[in-house]
Amino acid sequence: MTLVNEPINREQQRKKYCRFKKNGIKYVDYKNPDFLMAFVNEQGKILPRRLTGTSLKYQKKVTQAVKRARHIALMPYVADGLK
Amino acid sequence: MHTFAIRKTNTLKMLNNYETVFILNPVLSDEQMKDAVGNYEQLLKDNGAEIVNLERWGLRKLAYPIQHKSTGFYNLIEFKADPATITTLEIEFKRDEKIMRFLTVSLDKHAVQYNTKRKSGAFNKKKKEEAAS
Repeated sequence: MTLVNEPINREQQRKKYCRFKKNGIKYVDYKNPDFLMAFVNEQGKILPRRLTGTSLKYQKKVTQAVKRARHIALMPYVADGLK
Repeated sequence: MHTFAIRKTNTLKMLNNYETVFILNPVLSDEQMKDAVGNYEQLLKDNGAEIVNLERWGLRKLAYPIQHKSTGFYNLIEFKADPATITTLEIEFKRDEKIMRFLTVSLDKHAVQYNTKRKSGAFNKKKKEEAAS
């Protein structure tokens, strides 16, 4: 028995990717709440990019878009059971 | 030095792209609503702005209540204007009791591109609107 941890099989884990870079989306629209729902948890909080895989450049834009959508009441600031 | 001066005057003349969304009180009659939208359209034109697109999303449910109301009339104006007109526009919005909420955003080149695509009906959002009507 060794004291070294066995490596986890990384190949089974799917590699994360930025969906904006992959699909060539240049602009994140704040007027489309249905799309932005993908970046928000069921309480209406913005998900970290460690979960969504979004690149830093687009995470900033997503954040801005979600905040704008909240301001014009297209998305809730606080919610319960959004999904 | 000389070229710099020329460049500066050019940028002064250049109009920026903006987009404003505002929510009108749902209590208003149809006519009052059209009047209000027309007023802002006129205000922009008077300030030398060029209106690119005007959209009425109609009565929509709000994600949370504003001024104890759960619905509102959404309107969108896309326009080209001098930066100074934005302040006058927003002051008018603030003074107006009919306006429940407004948001003015400047558009970068990707946003302009996206909006022209959106107008041509390339996205499912448009399809949904057609289905609803």
